[in-house]
Parts: sequence; C-alpha cells; structure tokens
Amino acid sequence: MTAALALGDDALVLSHRLGEWAGHAPVLEEEVALANIALDLLGQARTLLSLAGDEDELAFLREERSFRNVQLVEQPNGDFAHTIARQLFFSVYQHLLYERLAAGTGEFTDLAAKAVKEVAYHRDHAEQWVLRLGDGTAESHERMRRGLDALWRYTGELFEPVEGVDIDWRALEGDWLSAVTSVVGRATLALPTGPRAGAWTAGAGRQGLHTEPFGRMLAEMQHLHRSHPGASW
Amino acid sequence: MVTGTRLEAEVRRLAGSVPDPELPVLTLEELGVLRDVRMQGPDKVTVHLTPTYTGCPAIETMSADIERVLHEHGVPEVSVVTVLAPAWSTDDISDEGRRKLAEFGIAPPRPHRGPDGPVPVTLSVRCPHCGSTDTELLSRFSSTACKALRRCVDCREPFDHFKEL
Repeated sequence: MTAALALGDDALVLSHRLGEWAGHAPVLEEEVALANIALDLLGQARTLLSLAGDEDELAFLREERSFRNVQLVEQPNGDFAHTIARQLFFSVYQHLLYERLAAGTGEFTDLAAKAVKEVAYHRDHAEQWVLRLGDGTAESHERMRRGLDALWRYTGELFEPVEGVDIDWRALEGDWLSAVTSVVGRATLALPTGPRAGAWTAGAGRQGLHTEPFGRMLAEMQHLHRSHPGASW
Repeated sequence: MVTGTRLEAEVRRLAGSVPDPELPVLTLEELGVLRDVRMQGPDKVTVHLTPTYTGCPAIETMSADIERVLHEHGVPEVSVVTVLAPAWSTDDISDEGRRKLAEFGIAPPRPHRGPDGPVPVTLSVRCPHCGSTDTELLSRFSSTACKALRRCVDCREPFDHFKEL
C-alpha cells in the first residue's frame, strides 16, 4: 500500500507536470515527446494506484499531505533545460529502480517489467537533451547548469528506502550517481557540489510534506473532478 | 470437448479480427495483443488483452470493440481482462502485420536479438515511401506512444516508425 502510493504518486505528479508543457514546448517535436512521456507515466500511475485503492479517488480527492511522491517530481517546469534536468534525475532513477523491481518477484514485477522498456526511452530522451544543451551554445550550457543546480537538492530523497520495496537502496544510489555523473560530464558540465537534501526537506515528500508549488499544482489537477463529482465524457 | 475447442477457436478468430482503433490496417491478432480467449461455459467468454504501452488509451476502445463484436455474434456474456505479463514487445507483431504497416506508410519495428539467437546486423529503418535505407531520426516520440518520427534523406518525406519495444 505505502509502496504503491509512493511509486504511483511519483508517476502521477510527474505526468501532470509534463502535461503542463502542452501548448508551450519550444518545438512541436518536444511538445509531442513530453506528452508521450506523460502518457506512459500516467498509465504506470493508474496501475500502481489501482493496487492501493480507487485510482480516481486517490488522484483527485486526496489532500496534499496524503501524497507520497518525492519532492523532485512536483517541482515546477521552469525553462526547458530545467525540465530536462528533472527528467534526467528522475528517469535514470526510475529506470534503475524498475530494472531491479522487474528482476524480483513482488507485486510490482509485472508492471516494472513492462514499464522499464518505456522508461528506457524517457531516459534516452533526457540524456540526449542534456548532451545537446550542455555541449551546445553558451546560453544553453548556462541554462542546463542552472537546471541541474536548482534540482540537485531534491535528489537525496530518491534513495530513502520505501517500505515494501525490497531492494538495495545504497547500490541503487551508487549506480544512479555514476550514470548521472557520466552523462553530465560528457555534456561538458559538472554535477553540483551542494548537499542533496535541504535541512527541512530531507525525505519529506514520502512522509507527505511537500513544497509550496505542489498545492497549486494539485488545485489545478483536482479542480474539475471536485467541482463536478461523477462527471464523465 | 471437440465442439468446445472449435467454438473457442472461432471466438478467438472473431476477437482477433477486431481492427486496432489507432492503426485500423492491423487486427488485434496481428498486433499481438490478444493473449487468451477462453469459454467459461456455453454463454460466457473471457478475453485476455495486453496493452502495447502501459498508458495506451486505445486499450479501452479495444475492449469495447471486442465485446461488441462477440455480442453481435451471439455471445451473451463477454469479459475482457487486461494483463501486463509477459510484457508486450514489438516482436509480437506478426509478419503480415509488419507488411501491412509498411504498406500503410509506417516503417515496421526491427526484430530484437533473440536470447540465444545470432546477433543481427544493425538494420537501418527503410523509408516506407521510396524504399531508401538512408533515413534519420527526428524524434523518439511521434503521433502515438508506440512510434518515432523519422525523415527520409533521399525523398525528404517524414514518416512514422513503429519503434522497437
């Protein structure tokens, strides 16, 4: 239950954030790419939340404090480089996590075995953009650097063990660090050196403590369902 | 139970003949998403369907279409169950399905390496319009989750490629 909510909320919240790019992406191809990644995540969220209860009630009728997603995925989109930094940090994490879940025999095995193939494309998309922006113009390099810097403090929480997910979290963290270090290095950038968790934010999303922008995101996401209960189309 | 088996095969043929709602040139059988069709008694059929991508919105239409077709052929009770394992792969698309995709203007997916099979040479994606193998990737994501967008360097036409999964 706790684990299904944690993984399901990660996918749901990131899906919603990526959906916010619709109509705003820098080029049409990215409009389509971000929407497709959002759709994959939404499908994963529906399966995971259904393991924990009624998917619609969980998505649309819970208060902020009941969500168990990491704070990384709720961070606002910022500019395109900022979104790509968030995609890099999360998709590498999700890919490595789902690979491990797919190899296990728990309740998430079937979903993970399927989703890991989708997430491989998300990861490739993020990595290719980090390379292109980091090793691009002075402007794109600087924006990519700022995106990585701004989100770095939210990456420590990714490796707080989730109850019910029986994997080696320290090994996951090690693999994540080396993968991210390699991509960022090839993009002629360096990983930020600051702490990977703020003083009050460490591990807080999984306990239901969220950052300020999350409430506004939920208000928009839940508004229609709450205003018109039971509506369908 | 010869009759039961024959009936089951007939029901499977009917369910498998339903066109994919997003790629109507393909049937569900050719797409490889129909996993199992079982008679649960004289009037009841259970169909196991697997999505191509976890978030594929077409799965609901597929289920409704299967129910409608089987009802029309006199099966009173139809239950369509979505299954995730084993995960669908583009290798599940039949040869006939691949041929139809190319004919429809969508480059079919390349085969994966089998667990013990020979290592295939890296095949380029062939342009479905002019047949050239000189094509380039524009975006890993296209009109639906299952496709990538490419362009032919020779005839300059953009085209969809059913990307490998």
